[in-house]
Amino acid sequence: MQSVSNPPSISVRDVSITYRTTFEKRPTLKSAVMRAGRGERLIREIEAVKNVSFDVHAGSVLGIVGSNGAGKSTIVRAIAGILPPSSGEIQVRGRVSTLLALGVGFDANLSGHENVILGGLAAGYSRAEIESKFEEISDWTELGDFLEMPMRAYSSGMYSRLAFAVAIHMEPDILLVDEALSAGDARFKKKATEKMMSLVREARTMVFVSHALATLQEMCTEAIWLDKGRLMERGTPAEVVKAYSKFVDTPPSAATLEDV
Amino acid sequence: MRSAVSQSEDDFSGVVHVYKPFRAGLPHLGPYFREAWRRRAFASEASRAKLRSTQSDTVLGQLWNVLNPLLLAAVYFLLVTILSSRAASDPNYFSHLLCGLFAFFFIANSMTGGAKSVVKAGKMITNTAFPRMLLPLSEVRTALRKFLPTLLVLLVALVIGPVKLNVIDLVAIPWFIFLLAFATGMALLLATCQVYFRDTSNFLPYVNRIWLYASPVLWYSEQLPDRLRALEIFNPLFSILGGWSRIIIDHELPLMSETLLAAAWSFGVLILGAFVFMSRERDFAVRL
Ligand SMILES: Nc1ncnc2c1ncn2[C@@H]1O[C@H](COP(=O)(O)OP(=O)(O)OP(=O)(O)O)[C@@H](O)[C@H]1O
Ligand SMILES: [Mg+2]
Repeated sequence: MQSVSNPPSISVRDVSITYRTTFEKRPTLKSAVMRAGRGERLIREIEAVKNVSFDVHAGSVLGIVGSNGAGKSTIVRAIAGILPPSSGEIQVRGRVSTLLALGVGFDANLSGHENVILGGLAAGYSRAEIESKFEEISDWTELGDFLEMPMRAYSSGMYSRLAFAVAIHMEPDILLVDEALSAGDARFKKKATEKMMSLVREARTMVFVSHALATLQEMCTEAIWLDKGRLMERGTPAEVVKAYSKFVDTPPSAATLEDV
Repeated sequence: MRSAVSQSEDDFSGVVHVYKPFRAGLPHLGPYFREAWRRRAFASEASRAKLRSTQSDTVLGQLWNVLNPLLLAAVYFLLVTILSSRAASDPNYFSHLLCGLFAFFFIANSMTGGAKSVVKAGKMITNTAFPRMLLPLSEVRTALRKFLPTLLVLLVALVIGPVKLNVIDLVAIPWFIFLLAFATGMALLLATCQVYFRDTSNFLPYVNRIWLYASPVLWYSEQLPDRLRALEIFNPLFSILGGWSRIIIDHELPLMSETLLAAAWSFGVLILGAFVFMSRERDFAVRL
């Protein structure tokens, strides 16, 4: 009954996503012409997500677990509206902020400050909104003068700090986090986890992709497990983590539980 | 259930987003352009940041932006006066050269900038949903910002040179819309092309060089031999830059045929570029 009066924030209906890529790393006209001359076509289809359905209700935190290449990042990108599904339908209610594995960053030659502004403008925030949040963002990252340096001078941890700070301070209705904490140091991880917890308490809707099963269990209200693009299990984080750990035959150990 | 009825088909804004399979075809144009317009500050800020990072906003940088095309114009001037006696005997030749060359550089800069715009923004494309068209448009703005100071140089050349200013020159303002539309269309086309063929931008310098020689920039459009006349409609720059120089240098109103041709080419390329870009842009995230 609740879902009728209060439709889910994210509703993924029978979604499949297929990548179509060529084998070459860098497709060129030259190689296309040469292939055409030999009468070859090198299109490969990768079914990254297969017939997946799930809902995320307002205020809940969904964890996604799965092996490398299971399709976790792909489904998160589709929810963000970046990748169109090949079939099925996704409905999202509210303003989405993404924090994906690759982090933010428009141009590494520009400073962190400029990149934050540009990223915000592209995401549809007004300049005033971004400027008003910038102080908070820069305080939170503790990057200091580095914010005015070109981003190519950043370490990957500094990069993810900034990306994380931007995503959480923009007050999205829905926050998508894809392994954003993996590059941070211990202090940052702690701070980031605390910040995420506070967002959870504020009843923000979140989708959280992580290989850190302990954090995931602690933070999420429900979880799904994807394997080779298929939805294997959905349920409470504890159940899903248990099933997943059993499947990959690594009992919850220090290595899988502790690291974020 | 009520809110499910008022779903918007809008990909970017609105409270409810609905993502459906991508069929090669246009997104809903209304929401697309509304959203692109709403985020236009991104295009201008990206262009401003780029000019800043290349120091084009400093006095010396601005000077270089003027000096570079001016020096190139001097090189072409020497080359042409050595190779042909006709140009040397024409006192207006240098003004004509500046007028055409600066406009050509604007189009060429839009093309080279536009070509790299999408591929260069890789991370942004895989991580943020926004109307991708803003990326090539931002490059056209950058090219325009580099073009404006050269217009001042042209103005000085017209004031102190033999050609002089004339009221007819005002017609150049509406005529400039053709240049802008053409440059934008080419930027959109090449941006799409570069995603699928990463060597597109490698060919561009050669294409541009040949295009420059084949357009009435180093020579006057009247100089084209009769046997090549039939081909002139196939070069968009023939009518676009031919008319540009006719207005500014000859102080003549462009010919009717020239105007129609320039309009057809520039808006044709703009519409084609926008169509190709928008119908492919949802595919970009998978290709980068
Ligand atoms: N741009 C792309 N082009 C082609 N195939 C891709 C692309 N990105 C991902 N894939 C494929 O899609 C599948 C799912 O990838 P995805 O990145 O979603 O996995 P993941 O679950 O996020 O893995 P990880 O835990 O390593 O981050 C993989 O088989 C991968 O090879
Ligand atoms: Mg991933």
